[in-house]
Amino acid sequence: MREMRREHMLNVLLAVALFAVPLWAYFASEPFVITLATRVAILAMAGVGLNLALGLGGMVSFGHAVFFGLGGYCAGVLAHHAFSGTPVLMGLPGTNQMLVIWLVAMLTSGLLALVIGALSLRTSGIFFIMITLAFAQMFFYFALSWPAYGGEDGLPIFVRNQFPGLNTMRPWELFVVAYGLLMLVLALFAVIRASRFGAALMAIRQNPDRAAAVGISPFGVKLVAFVISGMITGMAGAMMADLTRFVSPAMMAWQMSGELIVIIILGGTGRLFGPVAGAAILVGFEVIFGGMTEHWKFWLGLVLLAVVLFARGGFVGLLAGRDRHG
Amino acid sequence: MSLALFIEQLLNGVQFGLMLFLMSAGLTLVFGVMGLINLAHGSLYMIGAFFCAAAAAATGSFWLGLVAGLAAAAAAGAIIEITVIRRLYDRDHLDQVLATFALILILSEGVRMIFGPFPLYLNVPDSLRGTIDLGITQYSLYRLTLIGFGIAVAVGLWLLIARTRLGIRIRAGENDREMIAALGVNIRVLYTVVFALGAALAGLAGALVGAIQSVQVGMGEPVLILAFVVIVIGGIGSIKGAMVGALMVGVIDTMGRFLLPRFFATFLEPSQAMGVGAALASMLIYVLMALVLVLRPKGLFPAHA
Repeated sequence: MREMRREHMLNVLLAVALFAVPLWAYFASEPFVITLATRVAILAMAGVGLNLALGLGGMVSFGHAVFFGLGGYCAGVLAHHAFSGTPVLMGLPGTNQMLVIWLVAMLTSGLLALVIGALSLRTSGIFFIMITLAFAQMFFYFALSWPAYGGEDGLPIFVRNQFPGLNTMRPWELFVVAYGLLMLVLALFAVIRASRFGAALMAIRQNPDRAAAVGISPFGVKLVAFVISGMITGMAGAMMADLTRFVSPAMMAWQMSGELIVIIILGGTGRLFGPVAGAAILVGFEVIFGGMTEHWKFWLGLVLLAVVLFARGGFVGLLAGRDRHG
Repeated sequence: MSLALFIEQLLNGVQFGLMLFLMSAGLTLVFGVMGLINLAHGSLYMIGAFFCAAAAAATGSFWLGLVAGLAAAAAAGAIIEITVIRRLYDRDHLDQVLATFALILILSEGVRMIFGPFPLYLNVPDSLRGTIDLGITQYSLYRLTLIGFGIAVAVGLWLLIARTRLGIRIRAGENDREMIAALGVNIRVLYTVVFALGAALAGLAGALVGAIQSVQVGMGEPVLILAFVVIVIGGIGSIKGAMVGALMVGVIDTMGRFLLPRFFATFLEPSQAMGVGAALASMLIYVLMALVLVLRPKGLFPAHA
């Protein structure tokens, strides 16, 4: 009980800090810090998506960057057509409205997750890891060589997409959008974790045979979780494209998938605010050590190795005690 | 399209497949014997290429470079196994993925620190320059040598595993590691040897391919991912599966890139056909993998049926 309360307090602290730091930066006129906080919020959102599959469902997807990138391309392609006034497909117009873009990003990512999940979940363990990786590579190479939307060079978004009532070109207002979305997604994660569905998902992770024996279909439950997970990560990708005003195949690269897993592990697997802590640590590490040495990834690797070998449970686990749903 | 060009591309596919086999063999052995998924296998490929290029530049001899690349990769493999990998055997796959992902970061940046940020160039040895007349077509002598190397290593590996005491232990280790430890085999040393052997094969592939590509940081990961596709198709843990899978992936990928743009050019504009053909060709092997998975989820030659 005490550990739960401690984790709860830590969560509140993280949520407040992620809002307070850019708020301070807003008054201190430090737009760079606001943009960093926005990046943390968006990466955390993508992490929450993966956390659903990996943390709760035990599905080690090493290809979640494909959803992140696909969401990004949804934003890029729709904005591209809205800007040029040309139809996207079969007379459908582009759009520069974030709400529409998010919907499209979630639908396409969910559809792709359905296909990838249906094929990959036939396997498990090491096969699942490699197959999700391979599917992501397949779309990475497709994006790289398909010439219509910039191919290797990527696709710029000239004017950032709109959110009703806000001016998204201002860093603070864009941050508010990203933060609000992150909180929504975190609430969704908490609701799912506390639901019957979430209980079934965690039961399957712990023991699929026992779950099947009490009448839960492991394949169906995992597939639904994988689809929701892909949708969340896809929406985060659309936001990331709007933050950087640029999409490129790099968003789908295997390094991105690795980074998403790293975010979850650094923060604490299966923890509600684990991805928030993990994304903050990763971005903070990059900013601090990236400024000191160009070889900062070497040190990131060492830290990561140390965390995996010696400090399981991540940041949240370190401060809030052992994982209670191991 | 002439027959000569077709044959040349086919040989390129076989050559590519055999180099993929060198990569996949180590990966599949390490998984089969130790149950470990090693993402850093591509880094060993990179290390082989870098040490080969540096040693060849220093000594002027490609062959000395090749020996240096092989030795460096094997040594790096042994060091990694003793310091890090050994602690991962009884961890779950997620920990293995993360730790070896961390190793990629460390090794890539480490190589960048030692050799600098620019690509190195490794020249084909003088004795293997030029082409050879195969009757139907002229073919690069160096690439033909790579095919020879690939076949020789495959035969050597088969002899090692089928005919030697070490091979018996490796096969026994795949079946029941507690049992062979109980029979007095030093399992720790065996694991280090198997890992170093896989690393040496990856380093050899990196060094050999380094002469026809540029040697740069990040060269290992695309090959690593292809090697994953190979062993998923072939069946994880099976050397025979790795060979069949590697040849399939090598030939289908190369021929797809060669034939698909030509196929689309028969009914599309040339520039459009190039784009569509290239994009689809790059997806072909993954489609093949998905097909294999649907039909045989454990791969073509499942090792632990």
